Amino acid sequence: MDLVQILSLPLIQFFSATTAAYVLCALGIAMQFGFTGLLNFGQAAFAAVGAYAYAIGDLFLHFGPIGSLAFAVICATGFSFVLGIPTLRLRADYLAIVTIAASETFRLLMTSGQLGPWTGGTEGLDSVGNAYYKMNPIPQGIYNVLGIPLTEKQLWSDLTGWSTVVVCALIMLVLTRSPWGRALKGIREDEDALKSLGKNTFAYKMQALTIGGIFGAFGGIVFSIDSQTVQPTVFGTNFTFMCWTLLLLGGAATVLGPIAGGMVFFVVFLFLQHLLQGLQGVGILPFMTQDQASQIPFVVMGVTLMLLVIFKPQGFFGNKKETQING
Amino acid sequence: MSQLLKVARPGNRFIPSLVLFAMLAVAFSALFGATSAQAATAECKPHDVSAAFMVEGTLIDNDKPVVGAKILITGEGFNACGITDDSGYFIIDAPKAGKYVASIDTTTLPAGVKISTEGNQQAVDLISTNDQSVLFPLGAGASTATSFLDQLTGYAFQGLNFGLMLAICSLGVSLIFGTTGFSNFAHGETVTLGALLTWFLSVALHWPILIAAAVTIVLVAGYGIGQNKYIWRPLRKRRLGLNQTMIVSIGFAMALRYLFLILFNGDTKDLSGNTQQITFGAIHTTNIALISMVICVITLAAIAFFLTRTRIGKATRAVSDNAALASATGIDIESIISIVWLIAAGTTAVAGILFGLQYQANYLTGANILLLMFAATTLGGLGTAMGTTVGALVIGMVVQVSAIWIPTDLTFATALVILILTLLVRPQGILGKKQRLG
Amino acid sequence: MADLIAKGTIEPGCQKVDPILIADSVSRSFGGNKAVDVAHLEIPRGKITALIGPNGAGKTTLFNLLTGFDKPDTGTWNFEGRNLAGVAPYKVARIGMIRTFQLTKALSLLTVLDNMRLGAQTNPGEKIFASLIRPIWAKQEAEITERAETLLKRFKLDTKAADYAAALSGGQRKLLEMARALMGNPKLVMLDEPMAGVNPALTQSLLDHIKGLKANGTTVLFVEHDMHMVRHISDWVVVMAEGKIVAEGPPADVMKNPAVIDAYLGAHADSDLGDVR
Repeated sequence: MDLVQILSLPLIQFFSATTAAYVLCALGIAMQFGFTGLLNFGQAAFAAVGAYAYAIGDLFLHFGPIGSLAFAVICATGFSFVLGIPTLRLRADYLAIVTIAASETFRLLMTSGQLGPWTGGTEGLDSVGNAYYKMNPIPQGIYNVLGIPLTEKQLWSDLTGWSTVVVCALIMLVLTRSPWGRALKGIREDEDALKSLGKNTFAYKMQALTIGGIFGAFGGIVFSIDSQTVQPTVFGTNFTFMCWTLLLLGGAATVLGPIAGGMVFFVVFLFLQHLLQGLQGVGILPFMTQDQASQIPFVVMGVTLMLLVIFKPQGFFGNKKETQING
Repeated sequence: MSQLLKVARPGNRFIPSLVLFAMLAVAFSALFGATSAQAATAECKPHDVSAAFMVEGTLIDNDKPVVGAKILITGEGFNACGITDDSGYFIIDAPKAGKYVASIDTTTLPAGVKISTEGNQQAVDLISTNDQSVLFPLGAGASTATSFLDQLTGYAFQGLNFGLMLAICSLGVSLIFGTTGFSNFAHGETVTLGALLTWFLSVALHWPILIAAAVTIVLVAGYGIGQNKYIWRPLRKRRLGLNQTMIVSIGFAMALRYLFLILFNGDTKDLSGNTQQITFGAIHTTNIALISMVICVITLAAIAFFLTRTRIGKATRAVSDNAALASATGIDIESIISIVWLIAAGTTAVAGILFGLQYQANYLTGANILLLMFAATTLGGLGTAMGTTVGALVIGMVVQVSAIWIPTDLTFATALVILILTLLVRPQGILGKKQRLG
Repeated sequence: MADLIAKGTIEPGCQKVDPILIADSVSRSFGGNKAVDVAHLEIPRGKITALIGPNGAGKTTLFNLLTGFDKPDTGTWNFEGRNLAGVAPYKVARIGMIRTFQLTKALSLLTVLDNMRLGAQTNPGEKIFASLIRPIWAKQEAEITERAETLLKRFKLDTKAADYAAALSGGQRKLLEMARALMGNPKLVMLDEPMAGVNPALTQSLLDHIKGLKANGTTVLFVEHDMHMVRHISDWVVVMAEGKIVAEGPPADVMKNPAVIDAYLGAHADSDLGDVR
């Protein structure tokens, strides 16, 4: 068991593009749930829509990086309309049910043999983002960032991920502090009251769902550019609930919460995973295989999600008073 | 009303439920006992109802079925075989989409039945379809491809079978929603638990299937009561919002799912010990499927009897209609909720066992049908038992029958389409009340 | 006075000289019970009209129907000649018919001032794209804030402006909800039991506010159980029982109407009919 490695490996995640991808998805859920009270249990599907749309735009339709990005945004918007129109006039759990259902269905659709030529079926797509990496202005070499050696490619990908996070977080800060954001919070508190004051609550909810969904799509794109692949298995329910956990860790009705929550979550999660694998490796967990040991953190994650909602709904960065969202 | 109060008191409140499960246990034993004589296992792998890709057909020579002929398929680095049954019908599962070649092992053909060399090399295209019919030109006569009507009948039968199973697990979702207003996203894991526990007891520990099933039902019912007592009831007492409660149930589902993965590993468990193919008319099914359908009908009838004829059942419906009013008339709501959890978990275990027996099981079995359960309850009207049953039968039927036109791996998507259309057109469901939309 | 409001004989469903809201055969049943069954109703413009009746008479349901929060089985109604049947609640509010709720709907986790600001109807910053650019809405926002502060002062809530609405007492929430409704400059304000739970010390000032609204040309329709208040401030009283309008007229006359006393005694023998009894 290499303790140094167990401690240092997770730290790479701190500023990795993967963490940025999850943070983007969590920011989207913060917009939807934290500020508006919408339960989106299918953020993975928005990420998948973004990733697949970008990859297909990039690889098959030759839209180029910007065009593919625009294509992904359009697809995510369309997806949010399909999910929102039937559910946003109804009680909150219908959106939850439809989003979780849509997320699994979309993944199955992508793995289907019928769409294989476009989606790569169960194997997914690779070489995603080659065009984007051609735009990399960073000269070739190994760069030392906080003691972590990164290639120019990794650095470019990490920079992309985190600058997207910064841009989205700034947009969200401006939005949530504007009168528009005030209306969202009003809907979270009591939708009927807002209706009685002349606010088109359906439109607000749809806008919040869409913006959150677009953030999710950005997350999916960052993820696939970083790994240069799009794989259907990535976007399972786990993905969604990892985002929920790191969101609630940081605080649902905050902008900085998901960012800090994401960094903490992945470091702790991977540390735990490596530690358990290490312990198993030196024979401390004899009744377990390596695989089983690495699955324990997921159980811990599920329990953490439960405990956070019950005992610390405001998260570690939220204002206690502002996050007791009941509905 | 004082009568209700009396029966709803703890102590004697579980008796009717135990009677219900005793009835089920008897049903299980009667049915399995009747079929314990099992057929010798054929050298070819039997058809798995959940297989995604398949090749089928019927061998007919001079208007007579060719029985016991061996059909081979090869392609995509894989081969498989199937034996024609008493009606000359065969069905072979393929592992994945692709191009295959089907042929008859001519040594297995009865004397006098001949096929040309070219006729015995049939191309099978499992890319554009998942279920290909193959026609072999035999001697003077010919083999027939499965007709559309026969295909429809076959799938509709499977749909009925699947819908019945879906009905008993969806009833759990519906009853819990009705009495507590809470959509339980961890309900799929109850199905998984039922299936995996039975596998563990019957396959890993070699217990007789009946005892394994009975013990599973009791354990899972206990798990339901425990889950309510230690998680959901304290949360109700804390007045945790419904949105938050749903998130807790998601966390719970995640934790359980991975716990199952750690305990049982990720491989698919085969529970179907003594499957026998049974054919009548266009319907090709198994003894297990028939038994399963009978058990489902008995379970549904038992729940219907419980809800409409017993005092606790009537009290349960009163709580669903109006909890405050029910409470005012002296019904102990928390006791009713406990009983509902007991029944919901117990019947869901039955569904899990049947699911495992027919379709195999792994740690994601329940999670995979959660979508179908929600679609069924929404279509029927969330919180109404009758509606849920109807909704589940419709969803089961549509998911199976749609396989005629769309690839099997996408049939689940039809459930989402139905769900969305229901919400657009009639959000209260077929039998639901409008007020529930809140 | 009465002849300045009503046209012709004063009877249930009578015509008004200058109606702002006219409803025809509006009905709604819940599980076979007709909760509301109003043949004809006109609300006079610029006056204070009280809607009274025993519990379960259908007053709140009628409010819900007229403002689009509930859908009637039958019926049409129009506001200043504009058909409102089937119009979404938020559009009803924008047209100038703003309501409050019997159970207050203060937005608990927003500050009192933010609650007030949400009442304003013409804030360009509430549009998603405009909200991104502060200069577009900063001026309007400042005006709205000023108006909100003035109203809060009038309702004696100015010291609470920065508090979360959750911190207010039940009576203060009632006041906040009424003040918030006024932020939208309604032509017709519909108050559902504005006095319930309000500290008696505040009652008089609340009554003055309602009278002040009339002075500004706003029409008021309110549901109330407190007959003293009804007598004190209303120009016209409409009485509902079992979903139907059983009587209407000036307060003094209505209280003497045997149909009204019947309606109350039938349902609630112990109801306080104010000075009438």
